[in-house]
Amino acid sequence: MANLVLSDAVLVKNYISRDDESALASLIERHQSKIYGFIYSKVNDRNLSDDIFQDTFMKVIKTLKTKSYNEEGKFLPWVIRIAHNLVVDHFRKSKKMPFQRETEEYSIFNYMADNSQTIECQIIKNQVEIDLARLLDELPDDQKEVLIMRMYQDLSFKEIAETTGVSINTALGRMRYALLNLRKVIEKNQIILTN
Amino acid sequence: MAKFYSKKKLAPQMILPKKETISFLLNYSKALSTYKIGNISIEIIAN
Repeated sequence: MANLVLSDAVLVKNYISRDDESALASLIERHQSKIYGFIYSKVNDRNLSDDIFQDTFMKVIKTLKTKSYNEEGKFLPWVIRIAHNLVVDHFRKSKKMPFQRETEEYSIFNYMADNSQTIECQIIKNQVEIDLARLLDELPDDQKEVLIMRMYQDLSFKEIAETTGVSINTALGRMRYALLNLRKVIEKNQIILTN
Repeated sequence: MAKFYSKKKLAPQMILPKKETISFLLNYSKALSTYKIGNISIEIIAN
């Protein structure tokens, strides 16, 4: 006995006009491999392919049930077109919010490092600043004044000279002696000022 | 005898959607009813 193989057009007609659910099952079984394979070739993810396959056929079912489908003998190309559009929609959405998977070769934290200091570094930095301020108090007033104006107030030597009423060379000399004396104090007291 | 190198081409795997997906679609189709009133299309999904 010959098996009667119904064409897509007949199956679609049976589904629309007679609500023949077995016709839909036959259509899905006949074309699932091609459609799913098409989707998978684009997205390369089984779970996502299942989602898009499901969405594709939900659209197909809605269109057929609302009798909005024009049978022109092109059922499979029509379904593939729907699947294609859904794949495009997916990529458009994922472009707006790209999902980065962390792998051994690639870590987003290689490119998005947190440059702020750790609490430990912050504490050390604060302590160094406190210690440095104490050391500055050991210097003669004129040297301390020049050093503070240069390092903390970021003034040029010209501005320092004008403010303190001395020549630029004198200001430079006071700065030099300030640094030399600071180093002596640090060495003498074996102070460590590094972070 | 010289070695015979050939690339074995594996038969392409036929990948299929999950059975749950197909089952969902068939149930969805059974549950979905549509009605047209004028230009408006109403979809009802029966539980």
